[in-house]
Amino acid sequence: MKYNYYPGCSLEKNASAYHDSTMAIAGPLDMQFSEVDDWNCCGAIELIAIDKMQAYALVTRNLAQAQKQTHNGETLVAPCSACFLNLSKCDAYLVKDEPLAAKVNDALSAGGLHYTPGTVKTRHLLEVTVNDVGYEQIAAQVKKPLHNLRVAAYYGCLIVRPGFLDKFDDPEYPTSLDKLMQTLGATVVDFPMKAHCCGGHMTQISEKVALDLIHRLLKNAADYQADVIVTICPMCQLNLDAYQENVNKAYGTNYNIPILYFTQLMGLAFGTPPEQLGFGKEFINAAPALAKIGVEPPKPAPKPKAAKGALPLPIMPEEN
Amino acid sequence: MATVPFPTDGGAKVIPRRLFMREILEDTPGGDPRLEMCIQCGTCSGSCPSGADMDYSPRRIFAMIEAGMREEVLRANTFWYCVSCYYCFVRCPQEVKITDIMYTLKRKAIREGYYKESSASEAPDFSETFVEAVFKYGRSFELGLATRYHLRHHPIDAVKMAAGMGLSMLRKGRMDLTPRRIRDLAQLQAILARAKEIAREERVEIGGVA
Repeated sequence: MKYNYYPGCSLEKNASAYHDSTMAIAGPLDMQFSEVDDWNCCGAIELIAIDKMQAYALVTRNLAQAQKQTHNGETLVAPCSACFLNLSKCDAYLVKDEPLAAKVNDALSAGGLHYTPGTVKTRHLLEVTVNDVGYEQIAAQVKKPLHNLRVAAYYGCLIVRPGFLDKFDDPEYPTSLDKLMQTLGATVVDFPMKAHCCGGHMTQISEKVALDLIHRLLKNAADYQADVIVTICPMCQLNLDAYQENVNKAYGTNYNIPILYFTQLMGLAFGTPPEQLGFGKEFINAAPALAKIGVEPPKPAPKPKAAKGALPLPIMPEEN
Repeated sequence: MATVPFPTDGGAKVIPRRLFMREILEDTPGGDPRLEMCIQCGTCSGSCPSGADMDYSPRRIFAMIEAGMREEVLRANTFWYCVSCYYCFVRCPQEVKITDIMYTLKRKAIREGYYKESSASEAPDFSETFVEAVFKYGRSFELGLATRYHLRHHPIDAVKMAAGMGLSMLRKGRMDLTPRRIRDLAQLQAILARAKEIAREERVEIGGVA
């Protein structure tokens, strides 16, 4: 199956583990991804707070670029929930609001572009995986089932709400990711908070508000003795992973739950070497949890040592 | 004594307190946001994960809009604390597009400077620093965002953060030291410049603050 692919800014670096593991499972699942040529940032939820027309024009430039590649199919796959929402919502609103579409196309014409609303169907990677490939096909690829691994399936917000294109799962209590993890052989724990918010950009605006939301999620997963939380969004991954230590400090807790992408666990179950799945970039070490399924992730590189007499400056890893 | 004529909407009289409501409806994209249909049931406030930290809950903000309390609404931190989780949006029995209303209130509060009086006065600067990079490079740039925004607003925390999380992000290869640029930046910038112009023309047309 051929798809256009919109990685989004996070997957270039911060969430490169998500991108790498997506590419690694694409082969076994017979999915071919063609990156949208010269795509730009979707604006997250920041530009819409400043200028409506610029926000819609920014997103629509991506849809116009994807429209040029419909020889790869009309489906545009986005692995990031925020990108997925912005792209699908923008298209839905352009279809519904003709004056808006006319104005956005007026703006696009300044760059020699045009977009016909409704042409590009943006879908989330999880939805495409479970609906186009399907659980049966996925099960057929499982070589190393994730027996004994207790997984909390975390959806966050934007893949299930508000659901502008096809409502593929329940907005309050989704189950598609649970089923996918069960297909891989994992033990899926009850996780009532599975569709609650990770705090989004509040970590930057009011950390107190964000830590409260992150704490609720970690506590819930810990209450059900999850070994890992599996996520489908780079923002959710970052907030739950990088801020877990801050939550522990603020709430006097001792959570130590690795936050992994669903594509990483799919790769492990398919027998893909962990080196190809981006392990080692997580703040909370995933090695103890992965040991339960007999997987040894690559060891993180030792801390580089400064040369004798060098200035006391931090040493960065070499760019790969 | 000369009387000020009521503004009219398609021939029907609009009472002055309803002007704020109309402004919001006209500035919210994607068709009718249905704010006038609000029945004050409070499902939105009950669903809001950050409602406890808001000056006024979403339900109350909508009642204040209905009452024409323009300044009080725009000065509130309510919409700045909206995390865009869309729980209210899908639960609202009247299908009010609440999240979109929150974005409209953000834009108004920035344009008219009211955000400076809210307890979330730094929030717009975060958005602005984020989009500055997008305008300049076509992609977001986390290192630039973190350093510029935090140095401006939390200089002491910024140093602690740089030494802690920032350094870990760099070490783990999760943050670029230099921004990534798209190929056709000139095209993107031309599009965004024209979009900004169109938005201004639209605001003049509907009689808001340009």
